[in-house]
Amino acid sequence: MDFINHQLFIKDINVHIDPIFPKKTAIITHGHADHARFGHDHVIATRQTIDIMKIRYGDKCAKKFTPLKYGQKYSIKNYDFTLYPAGHILGSAQVLIEKDNHRLVITGDYKVGKDETCKNFKLVKCDTLITEATFGLPIFQHPDPKDEIQKLIQSVKINKHNCHIVGAYALGKAQRVMNLLRQQNYTETIYIHGSLEKLCEYYSKEKINIGKFEKVSSKDESFYESKIIIAPPSALKDRWSRRFPNPIICMASGWMTVKQRAKQQGIELPLVISDHSDWNELLDTIKKSKAKNILITHGQEDALVYYCKTQNLLSKPLSIQGRSDEEIE
Amino acid sequence: MKKFSSLLHNLILTPSRNTKIKLLQDYFKTLDINRAYALAILSNQLSFQFIKASKLRELVYEQVDKHLFDFSYDYVGDLAETISLIWPTKIGGRSKNLSTLIENIKEIEKSEINKEFTKILSQLSNNERWTLIKICTGGLRIGVSERLVKTALADLYKKSINEIEEIWHGLQFPYHNLFQWLKNETSKPKIDFRKLFHPMMLANPVDEEKDFKKLNANEFQAEYKWDGIRVQLMVSPKSVSLYSRTGENISSAFPEIIEFTRGDAVIDGELLVGKNFKPHSFNDLQQRLNRKKASKDLQGKFPVFIRAYDILFYKGKDLRKLFLFERRKYLEKFQKENKSNKIDISSIIKFSTWAELTKYKNNFDDDLNEGVMIKLKNSEYLPGRKKGYWYKWKKNPKLVDAILMYAQRGHGKRSSYYSDFTFGVWKKNELVPIGKAYSGYTDKELLVLDKFIRNNTTNKFGPVREVKKEIILEVAFDDVFPSNRHKSGVAMRFPRIHRIRWDKPINEVISIEEFKKEFKIS
Repeated sequence: MDFINHQLFIKDINVHIDPIFPKKTAIITHGHADHARFGHDHVIATRQTIDIMKIRYGDKCAKKFTPLKYGQKYSIKNYDFTLYPAGHILGSAQVLIEKDNHRLVITGDYKVGKDETCKNFKLVKCDTLITEATFGLPIFQHPDPKDEIQKLIQSVKINKHNCHIVGAYALGKAQRVMNLLRQQNYTETIYIHGSLEKLCEYYSKEKINIGKFEKVSSKDESFYESKIIIAPPSALKDRWSRRFPNPIICMASGWMTVKQRAKQQGIELPLVISDHSDWNELLDTIKKSKAKNILITHGQEDALVYYCKTQNLLSKPLSIQGRSDEEIE
Repeated sequence: MKKFSSLLHNLILTPSRNTKIKLLQDYFKTLDINRAYALAILSNQLSFQFIKASKLRELVYEQVDKHLFDFSYDYVGDLAETISLIWPTKIGGRSKNLSTLIENIKEIEKSEINKEFTKILSQLSNNERWTLIKICTGGLRIGVSERLVKTALADLYKKSINEIEEIWHGLQFPYHNLFQWLKNETSKPKIDFRKLFHPMMLANPVDEEKDFKKLNANEFQAEYKWDGIRVQLMVSPKSVSLYSRTGENISSAFPEIIEFTRGDAVIDGELLVGKNFKPHSFNDLQQRLNRKKASKDLQGKFPVFIRAYDILFYKGKDLRKLFLFERRKYLEKFQKENKSNKIDISSIIKFSTWAELTKYKNNFDDDLNEGVMIKLKNSEYLPGRKKGYWYKWKKNPKLVDAILMYAQRGHGKRSSYYSDFTFGVWKKNELVPIGKAYSGYTDKELLVLDKFIRNNTTNKFGPVREVKKEIILEVAFDDVFPSNRHKSGVAMRFPRIHRIRWDKPINEVISIEEFKKEFKIS
C-alpha cells in the first residue's frame, strides 16, 4: 500500500483520487466541490458524477471523461480500479484499488443508512481502508431521518403564518430533504433557491422522487406563508432570506447534533439529517471491512485513530490539503 | 420532562425576545406543580447537593472510554451537551414529568447516587438528559435572564414588572403566594426583607469620552475601588451572616467577621485581607477564598476585614429608597455605635472636576486600589446594573507584548473557535508561558487568530495546539504576582488580549527577567 501517498496520489501511474488542483488523471468519488474540481485532463468517475460535474462546471471541465459502472473494472498498467456505491449522494462511489493481491479501498464520503436518492452503500472487504471521519466522535449518533423530517412537517402545520427556509447543500442534501418530505406524504410544491434548480432537474430526470418544485420568484411575500423553501446554507444569512414572511430558519445537517453549533449559526429548527456515516457506522465499517490498516482522511480524526489503536489496527491520519474540518459538504 | 426540555431547547435556539416570552408564557399557563419547578429552575433557585460537574464526569467515565469522552468534550465545549449526546443507548422507561423526576432525585440516598442517577440518565432522551444535567449543574445559559422570566409573568397576568421585582427575592418554592396574587386571588405577598439577601447595586464601566461630557462632577461622590470581594453583611442582635455577591452564604469561611460584629443593619462592602485596615493584595485574599472553613492559623496569617460602602437597613428600617448621601449618614452612625476592628468605612475622595479625579484613579500609594467608583449622590439603592447611577473607572491596565504559544478551543458560545490563548516571553533562547487569556479580542481578531492556529499548528497535546511562534499579542492585565505554581514564576490577574501586534518581530519581545524587573517581582 506504499503505492499511494498521503495526498491520495499514485506516483507510479500518475493517478490522483479527488485532487484539489488540475491533474493528468483524476478519479473522482463524487460531485461535491471539495472532491470534484475543474480542469483535469482525464476524469474517471460514475456517469452521474460526470453529469454533475458538467452541470456545475460546464461540458469542458475536463478534456476526457471515462464513465464507469459500479463494479466495472478499469485497469491502468498493473493497477485495477473498481467503483462501488458509497451511499453519500447520487453517483457517489468508493474506489477499490487492487495491486499485487493488495486490496485498498478509499471510501470517499459515505453513509451506511438507507437513502432513496442514490444507490446504497456497499461494504467492500479490503486490506487497507482509507476512510473519511467527518463525524468521527462518539457524540455523533444520527437519529432516524424520518423523525427529523417530521419535526419540519409538524412545525409547518403549527406555524401557519411563517415560512420555513431549510438550509441544505445544493447537491445531494437538498434533494434528499425533498425526497424525505415526499416519503412522509408531504405533497405541496417545494420552493427552491435558484442555485438548486439545475441539480433538482437532474435528479428528477434520473427518476429520483423529489416531487413538484418551483424556483422562488418575486411573488407577493404572503404567498410563501406556510411554504417550505430550500436554499443553500450561505443564502440563510444573506439578504435573500429576509424577503420572506416571518421565516423560521432550519438547517439539515449532521452538525445540527450539537445545539451550540445550531445556536451559533442562528438556526431555530435544527434537523439532524446527514449524508455521512455517524460514529457507530464508521466503527462498523472499519470492523466489517476486515482491513488491518486504517488511514483516516478529513474530519475529526483524533478519536477514530485512538479507537483503531485500541483495536490493534494500524492507524494514522492523513491530512489532505484544502479539506479542513467543518467546511466540507 | 419532555415538555420542559423542549421549552429549554426552543428557548436556546430562538433569537427573538418576543418568541421567548411567548414560549415561557405558554409553559406558565399550565397549572400544575411543574410550573413551580420550572420557575425555580429558570431563576436558578434549585440545586442538588450531590450532583455536581465532577460527579457527572465520574458517571460518564463509567459508561464510555475516558479519552473518547475528552475528545468529544473538547469538540462540543459544553459538559451537559457532551454527556447527553455520548451517553450510550437507553434502557427505555416511562417518561416522567418534571416534578416527579426532581422529587425522585432529591430522595436518592448519597450512597446510592451513582447507581440511581445512572439509571435515570439512561432512561431519558438526549434532550431530556441535556435538560436534567443543566438543571443539576445550574447556570442554564439559554439566553433567558431572570428579568425576562419576570417580564413574561408580568405580561401574562397584567401586573407591573416593578411589583414583581420588589418581592422576587422573598419568594420561595412552590410560589403559591406568587401565583395566587398574579391571578388576583390574594393580595401581594408580604416578605420580611431583613432575613433575605438583597441583590446588590452594581456599577457600569465609565466611557471616558461620552460619559464625562454629560455628567456633572458636583453631583457625584468618588471612592476607591478596592480589589477584594464584594459582600453583604447582615447583622442583627441574634445573628450575623455574610453573603457573596451572588447571594451565597459564606459565613463559615470568615468566622472572625461573624464573631466580632455587633449591631442591627445590612451592610454592603468589600471583604479584604489586611491588618489595621491596611489592605493587602488580592493574591493574599485568594488564600482565604473557596474554602468552607478557616483554621486559626490561616486567620492569623491572612486576617480579613470589611470596608463598608453602603447600608441597606438600619435597625429594621429600609433605607434603600433614600439617597446615597442620606444613607451614608446612617452608615457613619452604625460605625460609631458598633466600633469594631473588623469594619471600617470606605473614605470619600474630594474632587471638583473629572480631570482632578484622574490622578486618584491612577496614583494611589501602594497600588492596591483598582481605580475609583463614581456614584450619584442622589442614587437610591437599586439592584442590578442600572445605567446612570454608579460607575467604575478602572486604572489603566498594565501591558506586555508576548508571543502566542498554544491555543485551545473555547467553551459555550465560542466553542468552535480556538479562543483560549497561552502566551509567553523569552527565557534565554526558549519561550516560557506567562499567562492564558480568553477575552479582550474583537470578533474579527478572533477569526484571524482561529484561522492562523488551524493553519499553523506544529504540535498537538490532546486538545491543546502548539503553533508557529510568530504572532505577538499585546496583553493587558490588572496585576501580576509571584507564583511558585507556574514555571515562569509569575501569575497574572485578569489577562486579556488587547490587540495583535502585527508590526513587531518576535525577537523584540522581552525576557522573563526583564518582565519581572518591570513589574517589580522578585
